[in-house]
Amino acid sequence: MPRATASAFAGSQREGMMNSPVSRIAGALVSLLLVAGVLARPQLSAEQPVSITVSAAISLKSALDDIGHAYQQAHPGVKITFHYGGSGTLQHQVEQGAPMDLFISASPRQMSALEAEGLIKTETRRDLIGNILVLIVPAPSRIVQSLQDLIRPEVKVIALGEPVTVPAGMYARQTLDHMGLLAAVEKKAVYATDVRQVLTYVETGDADAGFVYKTDAQSSSKVRVAATAPEDSHDPIVYSGAVVKSSGSAASARAFLDFVDSPRAREIFTRFGFTPVEKRAGKN
Amino acid sequence: MEWSPVWISLATSITATALTLVAGLAAAVWRERREGPLFALVDAVFLLPLVLPPTVVGFSLLLLFGRNGPMGKLLLRFGTTIVFSWPGTVIAAAIVSFPLLYLTARAALEQVDPHFLQAARTLGASEWRVFGEVALPLAWPGVLAGTVLSFARALGEFGATLMLAGNIPGKTATIPIAIYFAVEANDIRRAVSWCLIDLVISITLLAGLYFWTHAQGFGRTRRVWR
Repeated sequence: MPRATASAFAGSQREGMMNSPVSRIAGALVSLLLVAGVLARPQLSAEQPVSITVSAAISLKSALDDIGHAYQQAHPGVKITFHYGGSGTLQHQVEQGAPMDLFISASPRQMSALEAEGLIKTETRRDLIGNILVLIVPAPSRIVQSLQDLIRPEVKVIALGEPVTVPAGMYARQTLDHMGLLAAVEKKAVYATDVRQVLTYVETGDADAGFVYKTDAQSSSKVRVAATAPEDSHDPIVYSGAVVKSSGSAASARAFLDFVDSPRAREIFTRFGFTPVEKRAGKN
Repeated sequence: MEWSPVWISLATSITATALTLVAGLAAAVWRERREGPLFALVDAVFLLPLVLPPTVVGFSLLLLFGRNGPMGKLLLRFGTTIVFSWPGTVIAAAIVSFPLLYLTARAALEQVDPHFLQAARTLGASEWRVFGEVALPLAWPGVLAGTVLSFARALGEFGATLMLAGNIPGKTATIPIAIYFAVEANDIRRAVSWCLIDLVISITLLAGLYFWTHAQGFGRTRRVWR
């Protein structure tokens, strides 16, 4: 071993560093990397696709994926990246300056908060679609048949979204409060970071019941709807969309938002179980 | 100021460390007496919770202890489950901190001069006495270091705990979970308060242990054999 390294560096001591075999190999590698780097540089051509990032409430995932797919097929020059999560989390990300072009929340509250902070283009804000809050249980379960059944001792764990950050959790809390069940349920509640996590908790049976949107319940065969929250027991469930002020592709983002607001997109939403919403003129 | 995360974290970490100490020492002693390539595999399994991301550990535990998992089904027969419960926080914390104690305990035990153990045996001591009165005291500095590491890891455990025990304020929400959800809710004041408390606990523990061990004096057991 020592002999091989001695001879590899032998050249470096006598003839200077530039001529030893090791230096020559290193030089060749560096040149190769430089060439590769130059060749790999992004092509600055006129046909560079416009890329927009859409942050949306996770309950919209299946429908928005379809809508985005339809839009991209009609507009090949646009590439849409979807980023899903709890609306509160997404709101904070916008506040912290995370790069996104379009924001769609599951409640007008997050949007209004951003509007008050001057982080969205107010003229682009609009109500898009609605949803229904339901109580789900694991498919084989027969214990819960109504919201009142949540008090029963057989129901040990009730999952809902974290009320401050997850709109579905907020709506659930409002419903429980309206029906006088809040104190009893809070003792058995486990709080999730978004509504899809609530769905998972109930699907696996680790939670005996949970509050999700009707659209989420429809997407899973492992849960069944045990009850529906009365419409007057919570704030109207309205998904709000707007272009983020810091967006670098505002025009493209607005064009996509217009598409999400179109009859064609509404058709897709309805297919997944979303409900139409009354258009409110102007701001909330 | 909500104090429940502090009590939950302390209770969880102390219980988890106690469990890890017993399990880690037992595993180290068991493993130390055995040779062979198969035991390299055993080592790898014991060290898995250290190299796997906590969410993977948490998810694996959830699969194991959930309603449809083997351990979960067994527990259900006794009418209990550890998912979404305080024991779940202890299990998650103990599992992720186990490798730390196992590694340091093994290293510490290996360092013990076997002649002392042989001498004790020739003097008629049972294996338990050999371990408890000769090996362990000699290995104690290393084992103590491992215990401190384990406690620190258990105190800071987040991902696996959230997956297995969930976010239930007052029951399973440890300090790290409480901080995470406070930040999510933009309640920065609470998040910072809990951070500071966590810092105080950690510094107190480490400083306390340092002074206690140095006051004790490690030299004592060695002097027996002079």
